[in-house]
Amino acid sequence: MSKKYECPDCGYVYDEAEGAKHEGYPAGFKWENLPEDFPCPECFVREKPDFILVE
Amino acid sequence: MTSSIEQCSVTTASPNMATNEKDNSKTNAWIISKRYWYWLSLLLPSVPALSALLAVQSEQGIWLWLTLVMMYVILPAADYIFGTDDANPDDELVNKIKDERYYVYIMYCTTAMHWVALISMAYVVSHYDWSWLSMLGGALSAGVTNGLGLVAAHEMGHKVKDKTQSFCAKLVLACSGYGHFCIEHNKGHHKDVATPEDPASSKFGESIYKFVKREIPGAFRRAWGLELTRLNRRGKSEWSLDNEIIQTFLMTAVAYTLMLAYFGPIMIPFLAIASTYGWWQLTCANYVEHYGLLRQKKENGRYERCQPHHSWNSNHKVSNLVTLHLQRHSDHHAHPTRSYQVLRDYEDVPTLPSGYPTMFVLAMIPPAWRAVMDQRVVKWAGGDMNNVNIDPDQAEAIFNRFHQPEVVKAAA
Repeated sequence: MSKKYECPDCGYVYDEAEGAKHEGYPAGFKWENLPEDFPCPECFVREKPDFILVE
Repeated sequence: MTSSIEQCSVTTASPNMATNEKDNSKTNAWIISKRYWYWLSLLLPSVPALSALLAVQSEQGIWLWLTLVMMYVILPAADYIFGTDDANPDDELVNKIKDERYYVYIMYCTTAMHWVALISMAYVVSHYDWSWLSMLGGALSAGVTNGLGLVAAHEMGHKVKDKTQSFCAKLVLACSGYGHFCIEHNKGHHKDVATPEDPASSKFGESIYKFVKREIPGAFRRAWGLELTRLNRRGKSEWSLDNEIIQTFLMTAVAYTLMLAYFGPIMIPFLAIASTYGWWQLTCANYVEHYGLLRQKKENGRYERCQPHHSWNSNHKVSNLVTLHLQRHSDHHAHPTRSYQVLRDYEDVPTLPSGYPTMFVLAMIPPAWRAVMDQRVVKWAGGDMNNVNIDPDQAEAIFNRFHQPEVVKAAA
């Protein structure tokens, strides 16, 4: 079951099933494996610890 | 684990809102009517083509200087005459207009107009017999427009999930050969803003002529490093065509080569001046946006998150229409993906005495800039220069002259 995490500023959702391909995190890339300083790939002013688990 | 960029607090500063219903409906009516006024952002990019035509018709090369006159004389005067506009949309109106495509179509028109401006000016400069002074005016005019192109690229470059806007941002950046801007700005400047490490935040006491030597190379290095890291994660070389900096520089290379081939060797000095003067406009913007402002370091060694009081703002009406509310800079840093039509003015944030066009002129005259701005920074910091982003080369002299926390506290 893939998890989803939302950026509290811009609403971007990191879906593990999709990853963040442009930033170099392929589909299926687990949230727990992202670096702590992973910035939101849309607004870039929130980082991994700020994200909220949505499902 | 604490994030290195703390949440932009709206507890210390919040958007100013109309206090009663009547004021509110009047404010909303004005904000809705602004949808037409934003076409003013296309005014300056239209001037090079119009003035080039005027120069040809009248056989007076002096017209080629018109864009500079617009930027440094007409716009400051218009800001002075028409004053400020602190109207903020309420939440209902924000939801109504924030995603309206109309506002994006203005940006697409702007993108096209920037290429029209550059090519038309290049054509007229190269195909008629002008004095070198007139040609210089033409090149600088194209440069002023290129600077405004960076404003358009800035607006569209933040909309990373909209592929067309991202592409148009690159197209505009290609006009001035500043293809690394979006990466540098979104991932670099927004992260490091108002810290000594940010090459795009100016320091107290640092003149713009000193700042530019740190800003231009520093910004390029930071952008290249960020793109290298991204490409490495994808298992690609920094020299591959997936490098977005290279993509945009290739657009510039193709366009400049074609202009050189068709318009002749005069394009070498023309394009050199037009592009570097565009970069200089960006330098001016970076210089005025965060001068002296400093985020505090927390106990864990990380900086507090960028807050509304870490940016200089201006509500001047005309320049805000021309620069697409870039001067509402606190809200921009709080919410970088927020579209220009819904950027808000905040209460109690650092405020510039005029809009960017006037402030750019002041910045270029360092004693005038310091006479106007230094005391504002000192007041902002409560007289404690430890709270200011100061030029380390002048630290001692600055402390001797400005550090006076008790005096400022007593006066307050």
